[in-house]
Amino acid sequence: MAYMKRSPWIIHYDGSSCNGCDIEVLACLTPLYDVERFGIINTGNPKHADIFVVTGSVNEQNRQVIRNIYDQMPEPKVVAALGICACSGGVFRECYNVEGGMDQVIPVDVYIPGCPVRPEQIIDGVVRALGVLEEKRARMAAGENAEVTA
Amino acid sequence: MSRQIVIPFGPQHPVLPEPIHLDLVMEDERVVEALPSIGYVHRGLEKLVEKREYKDFVYIAERICGICSFIHGMTYCHAVEGVMDLPVPPRALYLRTVWSELSRLHSHLLWLGLLADSMGFESLFMQAWRLREHVLDDLEATTGNRVIQGVCKVGGVRHDVDDRKLHEILDGLDEIRPQLDDLVNVFVRDNSVRHRLGGLGVLTEQQAWELGAVGPVLRASGVANDIRQTGYAAYDELDFHPVVETAGDCYARTVVRAKELFTSIDLIRQAVETIPEGPVEMKVTGNPKGEFYARSEQPRGEVVHYVKANGTKNLVRFRVRTPTFTNIPPLLEAMKGIELADVPVVVLSIDPCIGCAER
Ligand code: SF4
Repeated sequence: MAYMKRSPWIIHYDGSSCNGCDIEVLACLTPLYDVERFGIINTGNPKHADIFVVTGSVNEQNRQVIRNIYDQMPEPKVVAALGICACSGGVFRECYNVEGGMDQVIPVDVYIPGCPVRPEQIIDGVVRALGVLEEKRARMAAGENAEVTA
Repeated sequence: MSRQIVIPFGPQHPVLPEPIHLDLVMEDERVVEALPSIGYVHRGLEKLVEKREYKDFVYIAERICGICSFIHGMTYCHAVEGVMDLPVPPRALYLRTVWSELSRLHSHLLWLGLLADSMGFESLFMQAWRLREHVLDDLEATTGNRVIQGVCKVGGVRHDVDDRKLHEILDGLDEIRPQLDDLVNVFVRDNSVRHRLGGLGVLTEQQAWELGAVGPVLRASGVANDIRQTGYAAYDELDFHPVVETAGDCYARTVVRAKELFTSIDLIRQAVETIPEGPVEMKVTGNPKGEFYARSEQPRGEVVHYVKANGTKNLVRFRVRTPTFTNIPPLLEAMKGIELADVPVVVLSIDPCIGCAER
């Protein structure tokens, strides 16, 4: 069976965001943007997911939750950090309970800046993530470790 | 008596756009008690006032929550303006009112959609969010942004909206009115919706009041409490009545929010038709000194912003009490005795916004 190249399933987790990015993620699924027509589905189960879309930043309490979701996802998998909170901590980076971007806990493949990110940018980011997913799949097929990036 | 078991719900759960964790103590299918643990989204932004100047802090205040962002920004500005006793130009107050009500429209539509989703009514979810995009277009056309508008500032608003554009908003709302009617009709009259929501998660008037419920949760239990009646921004010059229901169940909460859509449209119309001419901002000089409580009605209920200033450019203390935070104790009460399969619906019935609640 041919490998599905274009219809990744997504899992979304909100680190410590303000919601702004999260509601834009949901907006992508609804009629105006409707990514579901490409077969992109938002799933709640990490084991079904190809792309981990994560918003907000890292703190002591959610560090393990993020790690757990990431570890449960099957290879190949791609992490997309959505919004400047997830990229670097953003406007909250100086807060006492914000440790920084998502790359503090898990390897991030695609950074999608914006505060909040617009749905068009999110879709663009997911398309970029698809490219990374394909590269990782090819590496795995060649018997290499998917996570080693050049 | 059957054995009790504990089922964890969250922090990552398909119906929750945001993380909250509940330990559900169950007896068979019934919830005996729900124990919350929060803190997954806490950022500690109140303390950031020590690092940002009071005028710059508006953009942090707007990011307390992305859904009701405008009203947070506005309430913060009201608080600072209250300390400094600034006479904000009336046109700015009217524009703030229009944007507040547009925010309420988009927030309520968002919530109606999420509720439908939690009931498994997927097409209704899509319809609600499709209509919401019209409101977001209005917000984007008048402020420049869809979700976090960044248009409020201490002493007024950042830019004016001309009358032609304001009337275009009204025309747009007229255009989607029949579709809104259809949507609300489903929520209010559809048999399966009534079956899922009626009699579920009941809060009596006394419970709601004593446990400190606010906003639609309180009004659905029969208390006519709406902070807009205190007349902040331009609300004292507009005419409206709070929407009240008495049953106190999930259905009543839905009806309150559904009807508030029309109150909001009506308020926007009144504001646009009576908006005075004039400047939309004033020059703000000097630093605030003193303290002030500002209260506003968020889509989710009363929000309180407290500021304390000592005459320097940084505030000494900033404190927010958000509606979701006060609505959590009533939620825990409402969850007693419900079935496990209804937990998502009851949790959503308070319109939880964890980003707000934990700041
Ligand atoms: S990037 Fe901006 S909009 Fe997105 S979660 Fe962070 S503060 Fe909110």
